Amino acid sequence: MEFLTEFPSLGRADLSAMRRWIDGNFREFTRATGEALEAFFNPLLKFLVWFEDLLQATPWPIILLVIGGLAWLGARDWKITIGSVVAFVLIGVFGMWEDTMSTLAIISVATILCIAIGIPIGILMSRSDRMQSIITPILDVMQTIPSFVYLIPVVMLLGIGKVPGLIAVCIYAIPPIVRLTNLGIRLVDADVMEAADAFGASPRQKLFGVQVPLALPNIFAGVNQTIMMALSMVVIASMIGVQGLGVPVLRAISNQYLALGLMNGLAIVALAIIFDRVSQTYGKRLQAYRTGRGND
Amino acid sequence: MTEENIKVQIRNLYKIFGNNPKKVLPLVKDGMGKPELLDKHNHVLGIQDVSLDIPEKRIQVIMGLSGSGKSTLIRHVNRLIEPTAGEILVDGEDVMKMSDDQLRDLRRFKMSMVFQKFGLLPHRLVEENVQYGLTIQGVDESEAKKRAQHWIDRVGLSGYERHYPGQLSGGMQQRVGLARALATDAEILLMDEAFSALDPLIRFDMQSILLELQDELHKTIIFITHDLDEALRLGENIAILRDGALIQEGDAQEIVLKPADDYIADFTKDINRAKVIRLYGLATATPNGFDGPTVDGDMVLDEAMPVINEAPDRTVGVTDETGKLIGTVDLSTAIRALHA
Ligand SMILES: Nc1ncnc2c1ncn2[C@@H]1O[C@H](COP(=O)(O)OP(=O)(O)OP(=O)(O)O)[C@@H](O)[C@H]1O
Ligand SMILES: [Mg+2]
Repeated sequence: MEFLTEFPSLGRADLSAMRRWIDGNFREFTRATGEALEAFFNPLLKFLVWFEDLLQATPWPIILLVIGGLAWLGARDWKITIGSVVAFVLIGVFGMWEDTMSTLAIISVATILCIAIGIPIGILMSRSDRMQSIITPILDVMQTIPSFVYLIPVVMLLGIGKVPGLIAVCIYAIPPIVRLTNLGIRLVDADVMEAADAFGASPRQKLFGVQVPLALPNIFAGVNQTIMMALSMVVIASMIGVQGLGVPVLRAISNQYLALGLMNGLAIVALAIIFDRVSQTYGKRLQAYRTGRGND
Repeated sequence: MTEENIKVQIRNLYKIFGNNPKKVLPLVKDGMGKPELLDKHNHVLGIQDVSLDIPEKRIQVIMGLSGSGKSTLIRHVNRLIEPTAGEILVDGEDVMKMSDDQLRDLRRFKMSMVFQKFGLLPHRLVEENVQYGLTIQGVDESEAKKRAQHWIDRVGLSGYERHYPGQLSGGMQQRVGLARALATDAEILLMDEAFSALDPLIRFDMQSILLELQDELHKTIIFITHDLDEALRLGENIAILRDGALIQEGDAQEIVLKPADDYIADFTKDINRAKVIRLYGLATATPNGFDGPTVDGDMVLDEAMPVINEAPDRTVGVTDETGKLIGTVDLSTAIRALHA
């Protein structure tokens, strides 16, 4: 009877032996590879630090100008441009300029990294159904596993700091761009692909001349989502030593500072809205040819 | 017809769609038809023992109802589809034995294609679309631009170079498709229902453009259609497919005057025979010569009727293009031909 009411689990001793075995092995692996890994990621760290310093050192009026310029280039819309600049002015007025620059730095670097890795993986995935069936479940796991769980091995391997934070952000933020690159390429009209084939296009000419350009709106939607997801990781990343808007939020949680939490939280939201609007309007402009607007 | 070179030769071609085409091929060779194959073995018979010689510099029309295998057949010529069995020879070279590189060169330099759904690149301007084949060939930009411009002008699209395909009407889009195919100077033009998506007036226009261009270009054109009027207007040779099999092949006269079976007779029953049938198709040989009035064998019945009616004995002699007598036609033959 007891067999039915109590689940026949492994014994306590067995379980703890198993856990100790895994932990021990991983720790050994860490010890063996930690330094090599750190060396491997060193260029990334240098770049991130350099970029963050650059943002911090640049006088604020220039940053505002650049923000406004980028928003205009992306969206070609006055409302969005002015809105972005005003949001940054408010952020500065409320004393969050430095943290915002740090966050901006890590989000930008994370996004660049995700694009650089994610688009090739997405292309690979679109080339064969086998690849797709292998990569899809991995992406599913990356998106659903609680971030704290993969923080553990990342921190064990690389300690606390900017690089592990960056990696954690990327693990969480990369799936959409991979998925949407794959989807975008697979959705390219079969008739157009057939025409390219009929004219003797090589696989390369098909990929860069037809598939990628036609998938671009979808790829761009992926970039947009990747940025959003990276931003939503700001607070968690700050737990493992990433500077930025997440740090005061974390402090506010443990000390019950409502105003501090709210202000920094809103700053993150403002960044999210700006990124989203600018990249979405840009994405829409990319497909102007579909509706027949925008020649010459 | 005179002795001519064969440009494309299709030999005993079979195509079966399904999981294991090779396995069911013997059944098809033993005569199993399309419905039975689908019923019992769940394979679709696409092409069934088709052999066809396509002469150089002429328009070969391939006709058949929807699902008869026209698209499947034409896609074998540039090997967009692999056959289950059979050969395709282009200038005597077996397309099926070509390496990837050879095949790519064949598609780049020797053949080009026009599609029913246009297949234009929506993200590129009209001029870039027309240049596409040239870009693929590696022709440099200024040269490609120059050549593309020539064809844009020829198909009557001057002024639309910097529009996107999405900004053009269907007829204009297909002109882009035609210009793109012509720009590579390929000797063989494959056209899969190129005009079927267009409304009748535009379609007639496009046919005129094609005929006009062909008058000076003399390409080998394989033209797919399901429309008999179009086939009769364009086709110097017409091949008719049903359920993947070739059931008749010949010029317009033979198709209309001697339909191989009821399927074809059915096809041809709604056309205006007086405007299609030409005298040479009706002429009966006269061993003893003929000294009445003669007319050109290329004349259609519609025009010939009054002449025959006025002639003594209501009989005229028919001559070929060199003026040589090939036979005679009398009024009752002509009238019967109209109602057969
Ligand atoms: N990829 C495929 N897989 C399975 N069956 C196919 C495939 N392509 C074509 N078929 C079948 O082969 C037959 C011939 O098709 P095809 O497209 O060549 O016809 P078609 O004469 O071009 O018709 P339409 O006038 O509608 O274009 C049809 O029965 C079709 O269902
Ligand atoms: Mg078809």
